[in-house]
Amino acid sequence: MTTTTQAPGVPPVAASRKLTYVKAFNEGLAQAMREDENVFVAGEDVAGYGGVFRMFDNLLDEFGPRRMIDTPISEAALVGLGVGAAARGLRPVVDLMFMDFIGVCLDQIVNQAAKMKYMFGGAVSVPLTITTASGAGLGAAAQHSQSLEAWLAHVPGLKVVMPCDAYTAKGLTVSAIRDDNPVVVMLNKVLLGSPGEVPEEIYGIPLGRAHTARQGSDVTVIALGRMVGEALAAADELAAEGVQIEVIDPRTVQPLDTETMFASVRRTNRVLVVHEAVTFGGLGAEIAAQIQDAVFDHLDAPVLRIGAPFSPVPFSPVLEKAYVPDRARIAQGCRRLLERS
Amino acid sequence: MAQRASTASKKSAQVSTQVIRDLHERMVRIRLFETEAGKLMEAGKLPGFLHLYVGQEAVAAGVMAALRDDDQITSTHRGHGHAVAKGVGFREMYAELYGRVTGACLGRGGSMHINDLARGMLGANGIVGAGVPIAVGAAFAARYKGEDSVAVTFFGDGATNIGAFHEGANMAAILGLPVIFVCENNGYAEFTPQSRHMLLTDVADRAAAYGMPSVIVDGMDAVAVHRAAAEAVARARSGAGPMMIEAKTYRYFDHQGVKGLRHPYRSDEEVAEWKARDPIDLIEARAVADGAATRAELDGVWRRTRDEIAEAVAYAEASPLPEPADLLLNVYSG
Ligand SMILES: Cc1ncc(C[n+]2csc(CCOP(=O)(O)OP(=O)(O)O)c2C)c(N)n1
Repeated sequence: MTTTTQAPGVPPVAASRKLTYVKAFNEGLAQAMREDENVFVAGEDVAGYGGVFRMFDNLLDEFGPRRMIDTPISEAALVGLGVGAAARGLRPVVDLMFMDFIGVCLDQIVNQAAKMKYMFGGAVSVPLTITTASGAGLGAAAQHSQSLEAWLAHVPGLKVVMPCDAYTAKGLTVSAIRDDNPVVVMLNKVLLGSPGEVPEEIYGIPLGRAHTARQGSDVTVIALGRMVGEALAAADELAAEGVQIEVIDPRTVQPLDTETMFASVRRTNRVLVVHEAVTFGGLGAEIAAQIQDAVFDHLDAPVLRIGAPFSPVPFSPVLEKAYVPDRARIAQGCRRLLERS
Repeated sequence: MAQRASTASKKSAQVSTQVIRDLHERMVRIRLFETEAGKLMEAGKLPGFLHLYVGQEAVAAGVMAALRDDDQITSTHRGHGHAVAKGVGFREMYAELYGRVTGACLGRGGSMHINDLARGMLGANGIVGAGVPIAVGAAFAARYKGEDSVAVTFFGDGATNIGAFHEGANMAAILGLPVIFVCENNGYAEFTPQSRHMLLTDVADRAAAYGMPSVIVDGMDAVAVHRAAAEAVARARSGAGPMMIEAKTYRYFDHQGVKGLRHPYRSDEEVAEWKARDPIDLIEARAVADGAATRAELDGVWRRTRDEIAEAVAYAEASPLPEPADLLLNVYSG
């Protein structure tokens, strides 16, 4: 059973209807555009075509070409356009299609968007939202499947959100757009079509606040993005064995709500961190280090990390399946943690 | 246009019987490889993405017929045609599309990363424009080692909006490297027509910005492409530096996959107009008219290629899958 502890002021999940993850994103974006005339969207094939993942369907019809802009394949100029426009008071949403393409515009993200406010002595804000699709699972191979949140979360000045379902896709997108900082919204490709309960009204999910997706007393599983669903499935499997897993979804990986994690670890005394990105240098390392620093005395076993092996994402489905962590590996990790103590 | 070599004449000059047959065979091989791959994809047998090249065959065939095995090419996300024309085998290509361990990338790369170093195929590429500077590096290596091979980089009209293209072109020009820049202008970047992603009509105009000569050719006419490529290659080999060829061409299928269009972004009439000038029909008509080949000989090429494809697909399907235990193979050298 999934419990939902929401932050105050956020609509409960008990909503009337289901929307897919991508439609929930789309609805949140449309509502944010209605709310604020300064929000516009730019990217490759986002306007006329509605985006290759259907993220921007129907927005051109409602908002017209002034606010829905198809750009050339020029990602550096695209992000730069967003930085300059944001510095002049607009709220750009720029789309990078596949997350891997940040490789060609990293300077604009890391050296420009992230640092402008600080370097200018606070004289300017960069309320830029960058949307992109991350993750493996489509047989899209090494240049179209990466989860690069650790690159971005490492850069002071950026915020990074990873929606795990339709509800968070909408709420985090709205918050990203309303936020006065550059925020990267990492949608997950495999989740695009998965439905979930989504309130009709506009709502934001506070950035930097983790969500306890399931309460349990035996092991804390901290799961990023798509791994939340896998962790919940693993928890169901383990519940049948009499083991109660607590699943924490950070929702925002920068800033990271470590307090919620620490509180959970104090209750369960065991923790596993799981993400789709490679384990080495991944956010699991950061989370494990912080937990050890803060609540070491509460740990009955070393913090366990599960991520991808240190390899590019393989193409062949058999390899890709072995590469991405799943519910079985998470359940196995929990059993190992319990055996150690 | 400064630096523009004369636009290649509509009526291509005399070419040998052997060249006509060669161009024809390369095009048939691409066409059949691609149509079969499309069918396999529709049948749900292939994972991943498939960007088909059908319609653009004259460009790959025309350029590759002007190259040697040791000349290098870099390709795009739409790279099967280049690979086939450069001589990469059907077996390892289909096996790769199927994700088998016998594939050109051992099942690790898939459609967008097919390579064959022995044939100078430095790889298709999932990142638009990324192959351009890589070809510049390959040409640099050739000159550095005192070899006379050249490098050719293929890219679309859309790719010329990306920094890597401009930086690569300027680098090649200033270093005077033997690189041939081949723009396959099919009029679209995904679903965006050229008129909405650049204000130029001719991508070739961009070459002038780097002091690079350029030529525009009919990309449906393999002979015209071939003549332009042969000139550019000879020029580069002689040490005269880079050159750009813009081939005006068209892709018949959607940007990705084979299915119909979710949102129409081009008209049926437009597609039909281009198909009426099909590059293979054109060369077959010419071959028969010039006496370069009889109809029966041309049919023989189709038949033999079909047989070869059936055999290669069977090989791919019978090939083993990669072992998950070998996941870390080739992440590093040594
Ligand atoms: C850096 C980068 N941005 C965006 C994409 C997504 N994408 C793949 S193909 C393509 C269009 C390429 O157009 P063009 O260069 O004209 O080649 P064509 O598809 O027409 O052959 C785009 C935008 C990508 N692969 N890499």
